[in-house]
Amino acid sequence: MDLQTAIDGALVMVLLLDLGLLTLGRLATAIKALALQCLVLAPLPLAAEAMHGSVGGHGWLILGATIGLKVFLIPWVLLRAIRTGEIHREIEPLVGFTASLAIGAGLLAVAFAVGGGMRAPGLSISPLLAPAGLGTVAIGLLIMISRVKAITQVVGYLVVENGVYIFGLLLVGRMPALVEMGILLDLFVAVFIMAIVVHHIRRTFDHIDTHLLGGNGEASS
Amino acid sequence: MIARVLHILLDLALIVALPPMLIAVIWKVKAWFGGRDGPGWMQPYRDLRKLWNKSAVYSRTTTWVFRAGPVVNLAALGTAALLVPISGTAAVAGFPGDLIVVAYLLALGKMATVLAALDTGSSFEGMGAAREITFGAMAEPTLFVALAALAIATGQLRLGAMLGPVLAAAWPGMMPASLLIAAALFIVMLTECSRIPVDDPTTHLELTMVHEVMVLDHGGPELAMATFAAALKLLLLGSILLHVAMPLAPWPMKVVALPLLAAVVGVVESTMARLRLYRVPLLLGSALVLAGLAALLVTMGGKA
Repeated sequence: MDLQTAIDGALVMVLLLDLGLLTLGRLATAIKALALQCLVLAPLPLAAEAMHGSVGGHGWLILGATIGLKVFLIPWVLLRAIRTGEIHREIEPLVGFTASLAIGAGLLAVAFAVGGGMRAPGLSISPLLAPAGLGTVAIGLLIMISRVKAITQVVGYLVVENGVYIFGLLLVGRMPALVEMGILLDLFVAVFIMAIVVHHIRRTFDHIDTHLLGGNGEASS
Repeated sequence: MIARVLHILLDLALIVALPPMLIAVIWKVKAWFGGRDGPGWMQPYRDLRKLWNKSAVYSRTTTWVFRAGPVVNLAALGTAALLVPISGTAAVAGFPGDLIVVAYLLALGKMATVLAALDTGSSFEGMGAAREITFGAMAEPTLFVALAALAIATGQLRLGAMLGPVLAAAWPGMMPASLLIAAALFIVMLTECSRIPVDDPTTHLELTMVHEVMVLDHGGPELAMATFAAALKLLLLGSILLHVAMPLAPWPMKVVALPLLAAVVGVVESTMARLRLYRVPLLLGSALVLAGLAALLVTMGGKA
């Protein structure tokens, strides 16, 4: 199995996880699927560098940072928010699962039609990059607008972010430094947004907790 | 030439002898998961022999349609099995476009079973027939899209040629697509062969049965035919799946992999619960999307 096949396989896996996120009914499973998607995506810049020549030490650093943050820290915080906040564990879709899967498949088809003709400015590492990036962004937006809970908004946001990340890989041969900075910026924004959203969710819990306090005496902290 | 004849003879022997063994493997795996030893390896064969030696009883409300059901089903699946490569890279018979014949032979077998079930006039059997047709109607597009993707990738319309060396040559470029097709075919196989998570083959409640309730009124040799045909369908779809999933493997591997695939089905049955009825369309829709994505990838591959 050569590098090209591995990259293509990883991108297909990402698309599958996109569609999987549209059909999963449980929050915790969805977050784990998202973590898996980030894990599949993390080595791609390194693979791109390897394809263009040498692999630098900062490539490994970024790989480590990406995995640490997006595969472990963010999912852990989200899972903890679900557990401690006692959120109802099922995703509440505004659009049904089957319907959102059909819409997602349609979006993917459009992404392939539009992205298939796109050519990277430099040497592209995979013909799937543009369609996969566009499709992931579109499905992330679909998740954001078609699910009720705040925490699924975070999931949708992170999927969009993954799509942007894939799209950024198109530029990796031309300006690696810029892409790396973009990835780091992604990480920063992700932490930022995460903090804001988790704070918002906390506030919601406080509200719920006060209701519980009125009825049951002391509620769980 | 000699090798070709030997492969044909081996294929025929496998079509006749292997299907009950696949069922035995599934039973064994499920029993092991439950901490039991399970029935013997020969039990499905013994069951078939026992049923074959019995005489059948027919309800007076049934007509010839009821008796024709299992016969047509078995004949259709047997013919389809001849067009699918099982041991070698070529099928026993084949002609350009035979993939459509295979798909419609599967549909014909299903139609015969369903008509036989409706012919009894039993409300339970009618319900099972309705579900079988509903699931079948949703699984069939997936099968077609998957086969179409393979046809685009290989440029062949003959099933034997499509799953043969051409696919192995195209494998490095289309591995992701192949695996998607294999996954879609796996879901189609579970659906068509009435396995969990779509249908529970061991349920004892007519309300929850799909395939079992349709053959409820059959007895003796006809029940044997229906049982054997169900197992043969597993062999047939399993062979297609394995040829797609591992085109580079030498042919004995593909034969050995058939019981392993049955073991995987057993593991799925042991670890998963049956889906609620209205979740089944989601599963089959996912399979269709997998196959559609594979078709997209394959057409992309042609352009790039």
